[in-house]
Amino acid sequence: MSDYRALIQELEAVCSNPAAAVAEEMKRSGRRAIGCVPAYTPDEIIYAAGILPVGLWGGQTDIKLADSLLQNFCCSLIRADLEYGMKGTYQMLTAVVIPNFCDSLKALCKNWPYGDTGIPVLGIAYPQNRIPAAFQYLISEFQFFQERLEKLTGTKVTDEALEGSFGIYEEYRKTCREFVKMVADYPVTLNAKTRHHILKAAYFMDKKIYTEKLRGIIEGLKAQPKEEMEQFKVVLSGILVDAEAYLDILVNNHITVVADDLAQESRQFRTPARAEGTALEKMAQRYMDQRGCSLIYEPEKSRGQMLINMAKDNDADGVIAAQMKFCEAEEYDYPIYRKELQKAGVKLLYVEADQQIEAAGQLENRIQTFVEINR
Amino acid sequence: MEEVKKTSKQIMNEMTRDVYVRAAEAKKAGKPVCWATGIAPQELMTTMEIDTVYPENFGAAMGAKHLSGPLIEVAEEQGYSNDICSYARNNFGYVDVKHVDDPVNLPMPDMLLCCGNSCNTVIKWYENLAKEMNIPMLFLDTPYNYMDEGASEHQIRFMEEQVYYMISQLEEITGRKFDYDRFKEVMEISMQTGEWWLKAIGVAKHKPSPISGFDLFNYMGIMVCDRGRPEARDLFKQWYEESMEKVARGEGPWKDQEEKYRILWDGIACWPQLNLTYRTLKKYGINMVASNYPRLWMITYDSPTIASMVRAYSENVGANREIPFELNAYLKDTETYHLDGLIYHSNRSCKPMDFKQYAIRKVVIEKTGLPSVIFDGDQTDPRVFSEAQFETRLQALVELMEKRKEGRKEDE
Repeated sequence: MSDYRALIQELEAVCSNPAAAVAEEMKRSGRRAIGCVPAYTPDEIIYAAGILPVGLWGGQTDIKLADSLLQNFCCSLIRADLEYGMKGTYQMLTAVVIPNFCDSLKALCKNWPYGDTGIPVLGIAYPQNRIPAAFQYLISEFQFFQERLEKLTGTKVTDEALEGSFGIYEEYRKTCREFVKMVADYPVTLNAKTRHHILKAAYFMDKKIYTEKLRGIIEGLKAQPKEEMEQFKVVLSGILVDAEAYLDILVNNHITVVADDLAQESRQFRTPARAEGTALEKMAQRYMDQRGCSLIYEPEKSRGQMLINMAKDNDADGVIAAQMKFCEAEEYDYPIYRKELQKAGVKLLYVEADQQIEAAGQLENRIQTFVEINR
Repeated sequence: MEEVKKTSKQIMNEMTRDVYVRAAEAKKAGKPVCWATGIAPQELMTTMEIDTVYPENFGAAMGAKHLSGPLIEVAEEQGYSNDICSYARNNFGYVDVKHVDDPVNLPMPDMLLCCGNSCNTVIKWYENLAKEMNIPMLFLDTPYNYMDEGASEHQIRFMEEQVYYMISQLEEITGRKFDYDRFKEVMEISMQTGEWWLKAIGVAKHKPSPISGFDLFNYMGIMVCDRGRPEARDLFKQWYEESMEKVARGEGPWKDQEEKYRILWDGIACWPQLNLTYRTLKKYGINMVASNYPRLWMITYDSPTIASMVRAYSENVGANREIPFELNAYLKDTETYHLDGLIYHSNRSCKPMDFKQYAIRKVVIEKTGLPSVIFDGDQTDPRVFSEAQFETRLQALVELMEKRKEGRKEDE
């Protein structure tokens, strides 16, 4: 039986010092690393080129240098990424990949060369309009990305390596889906903070190694009796909830995250790939199949119904809309799904929160009140 | 009695009103009405003779008429954050109340046309409209040009495919066949209109310029709403000719004030403070001779083909390009328009136009030494702008421009 506690500790340690974890993995494997800015990037191609993809989801840092390029009403994630780039935190990266899912991401792509980071940018433009022709377009865009990646890094991505890489990523995603489903049964061990740390660690590790460790945690926990706890079960929705202060509030109030619709978490792995096609085709098809994400155009706007289903299927007491400040994509979705959730009788709490939490007391009050009223 | 020829300004005002009158009549007659984003391929709607109105244009009008505030409040009550574009909040508010106390109103749409070249905001905005009103949305997704050289071939191909897809949607909605010959004519007219627009706003190169920059903001509405119509082309031709006559007579922008300084205005106008900003600039003799906002409608393309058209929609819009595209244009403008300075509107509503201002400003200062200031405002939310801040910044700019002029005189 695997020592799941030690594995959890290991992943939490990765999260507490991502730079060290990335440096260690680079040293261990002799590979270079490339930064991947949210929300979706073709990590499988980078991995197949023998390079470690690293997720760049901002962080809790004072914004100083980035203020010279971006106004303060740009979201904290983008500003933090630029700050880290400008102050040298990302100097171990061979390149950064910046996709185009919102105006602030485009702004990051535009401004990066003016920040004297010394790190080249690889842009990529995912389709918003997912008509059937978008499938072929995305494959071409992946190929174009691959050509530029090969040229920049002097590597060659073989079809065989790409198939292997896709397999590793698909296994990672499948294991994550299995993991998030277990949380309701082990709410003590997998409290909101630990759950988040375990999932986040994946961004700084080799996915094959990560998946083995996550598998170890799942198997280890399964061998344990289910945990009983007086708890308030929620579905988290938004871009991310990763400020330590925010997570502490969830834990202190016995709030269990029984499911999530966060860009940083389940949106990465909730959509399984189809069986047929080449690796690039399967990657493109997965993107075409993704639903309910604020960052991709979807005229049906299925997010509200999706959240209702998630709350019901997981027996949740409510949904927390974790609104990242200045994230327009999320701000546009909210009035629509709020109406739908209200109609379906699903309790909803809207809380604005940055990666830098300034008013933790106020946040705690609102969350406490929500729990008390709806328990 | 001989009929007095109307001035281009009179024609412009009539045309601006007629867009809404035509759409209201179409609606009354049971014909479909379309709402479109500001820089969308109107060529398709013009070909199909579907009356189209532009909520961004309407939002600007509401702002200028001081009617935007209450609409914005309605949208915020629905849960829309005050962080999102105020044109969008205006529109969501309007969808709810459906009427404003003004001769011009927006008829409700039967379909939507969206182009993502200006921002992702319009995509989310129109997605919500489509969902709330349960109407079809036609969408041209213009992949962001992260390469300095512009769109790649596969990106052009994707955009062409989308145009064919929209045509099939239009045929289904209207039950009519799409007329490709007529489409070619419309593209040709649109190209000519674009060329005359550029020529007309280019008159401001002359020193003094007979065009005050706020003319650009006023005439721009026709570029938004009517550029597929020959009347628009003819209007800009007439405006150009009238302006050139003024140039020949040596006229400046104002009768009662001299053009002392020439500036570029970066960003959208502050519509609720249009008069105030105009008067304040005029007070100091500052003429806004160039702006990147009216230039957004520079949808000029090489040939009347779908490939050429989509390339223009994707590549000619600064928001869809990397910084050097606009930066190089500004550097050129400093000479072409004999600029003395620049003013940057840090517009709380328009992130794509804001989040490149600092980089551009820095390089323009380094390369040209031209002074500039940044002020905070908003395109239609009246609560953001501060009159005192605007004037103080303007005074600072005047001082810097004056110093530079003196320095130059001493050099001579």
